[in-house]
Order: sequence, then structure tokens, then C-alpha cells
Amino acid sequence: MQGEFADTGELVGVDLACRRGGRLVFAGLDCRLPAGGALLLTGANGSGKSSLLRLMATLLPPAEGRLSWGGVPVMEDAPRYRAALHYVGHLEGTKPALSGREMLRFWAALHGEAPPAIDAALAAFGLETVADWPCRWLSAGQRRRLALARLVAAPAPIWLLDEPAAALDADGEARLVNAIAEHRAGGGRVALATHQPIAVSEAARIALDDFAASPDAALAAAW
Amino acid sequence: MAAFLGLFRRDLRLALRQGGEVGLVLGFFTLAVLLFPFGVGPEPELLDRIAGGIIWVAALLAAVLSLDRLFAADHADGGLDLIALSPLPLELSALAKIMAHWVTTGLPLTVISPLLALFVNLDPEGIPVLTLGLLLGTPALSLLGGIAAALTLGARRPGVLVSLVVLPLYLPPLIFGSGAVEASLTGDGAYAHLLLLGAVTLAALPLAPLATAAALRQALD
Repeated sequence: MQGEFADTGELVGVDLACRRGGRLVFAGLDCRLPAGGALLLTGANGSGKSSLLRLMATLLPPAEGRLSWGGVPVMEDAPRYRAALHYVGHLEGTKPALSGREMLRFWAALHGEAPPAIDAALAAFGLETVADWPCRWLSAGQRRRLALARLVAAPAPIWLLDEPAAALDADGEARLVNAIAEHRAGGGRVALATHQPIAVSEAARIALDDFAASPDAALAAAW
Repeated sequence: MAAFLGLFRRDLRLALRQGGEVGLVLGFFTLAVLLFPFGVGPEPELLDRIAGGIIWVAALLAAVLSLDRLFAADHADGGLDLIALSPLPLELSALAKIMAHWVTTGLPLTVISPLLALFVNLDPEGIPVLTLGLLLGTPALSLLGGIAAALTLGARRPGVLVSLVVLPLYLPPLIFGSGAVEASLTGDGAYAHLLLLGAVTLAALPLAPLATAAALRQALD
């Protein structure tokens, strides 16, 4: 494998379990994300796709199990791991009063010191004409494109995408598929949760329903 | 460092661009101070005696009023996730936001305080002490307020709750700040009060971001 991220370590999760509000969402989940790999998370609503992505992003501590990046547990060197990942969740985090260009510049500065590729990112998601509009003028799909443009503005080897195609039109989805393919060709890796059939080739699949924990009897009694 | 400055600048820009924010705080501060002469009567001697306290109490309330914008918007729109995912430690992110909050509330309050001091007939000798006290004390208001704003994220009535949490924390700056004005007028010298006020801010400077970041992590789940 050739490319920018070919030599970055592997992301490995072992025996992961997640608890939300006392409820065990999933347990005993193993995952591997090698260079150039893709992980497609499927499952019913509430099966824990978003939770798994938040867990992989260190936004949520695992109830059990270990997550390691290049052989090092992620929380041992959290700043290094966080600098290596992008997380795009349900909420875009755009500010009504700031322009798309300002948002991208801010996100790139938050992400690291590297000079950001703002114009390339705007072009990759077809946002050139609206880049200087305040975000309150953007449609839901345009805000989603802007959030995805973050991925290109500040390169990082791991992309964690939660329903990335939500609100996107056909053109937007094609651009997303294209960006993912280019990212993987460079050795980048991506985990995405989706209900839509997105064309991601040779993706490993995890069906979250297979890891659903049995209903917690103690918790049910407590309620 | 780029992340710290980026966050600081973005919050400044948001506060200034969403126009009213700074004006709202200053307007509230001015009106709250001006209510007192109507409430307690316009006798110059009475006002002179309580002027320092009036301005400090009004400044505290104006600061409380502005706390809800510190983290709530970022929490609601997902921006807080991205801030937490920055390699910049959450403690420093909290500090950057708190500093931006001070520049857009505490600093303007300090700047217009001499004018308001005239409205409530504060002795001219007390005005420099009042302003210096606010300059030393208002950073503590933003720092302590950050803890309360972070603790109340996700609450149903955050505005009311935040004032219940934060007003007790504001007692030390209030006591030393209005005490300084009082002492300068009675001839006792305000030096000790101002030193204590500075000490409150210096103690809050490292501790408040730690507590704020801990509370923000709780809110991230």
C-alpha cells in the first residue's frame, strides 16, 4: 500500500462494550481498521452504531474492552490519537453567523498546526459559490457538505462518519464516495454508520444487532 | 497554540458579529445600576455610601446573564464534540472560551464603570479603586462562571440553575471588590482588598479551567 497514511498504525478494538444511561447497548465487539480499510456499521435504530463511533472517537469511554492505535491504548496518548482522527456526527456544529470558509479555517486550526487546504476542501464538496455566505443561509445539505469538507481541509488517517450521506443529494453523495475512495487509496481508513446504500468497495461489515446485549434484568427491575 | 487562538478568536467574532450580545450585557448593567437611585431615593450621602456595592452587584448580575452563551450553543450544535476532539487539552479550550467571554463582558463592564459611578454619586476618589477592582475581579467572574455554565449543560432551565450555582461562588469577589471602594472612601486604604481580589482571580485561573473541563466531559456523553 502506497500513500500518505500507509505507515500509520492499525486501529484495533477488542471486546468493546458500551453502556448508555445504565443500559448495555452492545458487548463483546471486536473491530479492526487496517490501512486503506473501511468498516461499514449497520443495524437497527438504537443498536449502537453512533455509540460505537463516539466510542472510537474517545467521546465516550468504553464500559469494557480496549481500543488501541498502532499498538498503543488510545487514552495513553489521547492528543496524538485525536490529531489522527476526524469525527463527523449528526450535528454539523456550524455557527449561523460565520461563513463556511471561516468555519473550515476554525475547524482546521482546532485539529492541528498544519496549514489547511481550505480551497481544495470547498472544491471537493462543490461549495465554492457559497463559501463566503453566513452558515444561516445554507440548506441542511450544504451544511452537511461543509462538515464533510472538514475531512479534506485537514488530513487525518482515520475518518469516523455517522450517517454522512444524510441530507445529501445525488451529487453530494457521489462527492462523498469519491472522497472516501481517494482517502483509502492514500492508506486512510474510514468507519461509517449508514442506512443508505453508499458505494464503498471491499468494506468489512459489522452488524451491531449481532452484539446486542441481553436485556439487563437488574436495570429493568430498578425501573 | 493555533487551536487555542483559533477558538479564542472564533468566540470573539461570534460575540461581536451576533451584535446585541455585548450591548445586551452593557445595557443590563446600566439599567440595573440606574434602578437604585429610584429605589432607595436620590439622597447624595446615601448613594455615595452604597455606590460601590451597587455597581459590583450589578456587574455580577450582568455577568450571570451572559453565562448561558459560554458553552450552551456549542453543546447544542455539536461544536463541543469537535472542541473535545482537538489535540488541545479541554482545560485550555475552556480557558480560551472563558478569556473570550471576559473580553466581551468583564472588560466592557470595567470600561463603562466610571461613567456609571457618576450616576450613583460615587466620590471621585473611589472611582479609580472601583475600576481597578473590576479589572482585577471580573476575570474571576468569567472563570467561576465557566464552572457553573459547564455544570448546568443539559439542564432543563439552565438560566435559573446557573445563577443558583454561581452566585455563592461570586461572594469573595463581591466582598473584596466593594470592600475596596468602601475602604478607599473611609481612608483605610484599599490596597489589602485589591490584593485579595487579585488573589481570588489568580487562584481561579488554574483551578476553574480544570473544574470546567471535568464538567464538560460529563456533558459530552
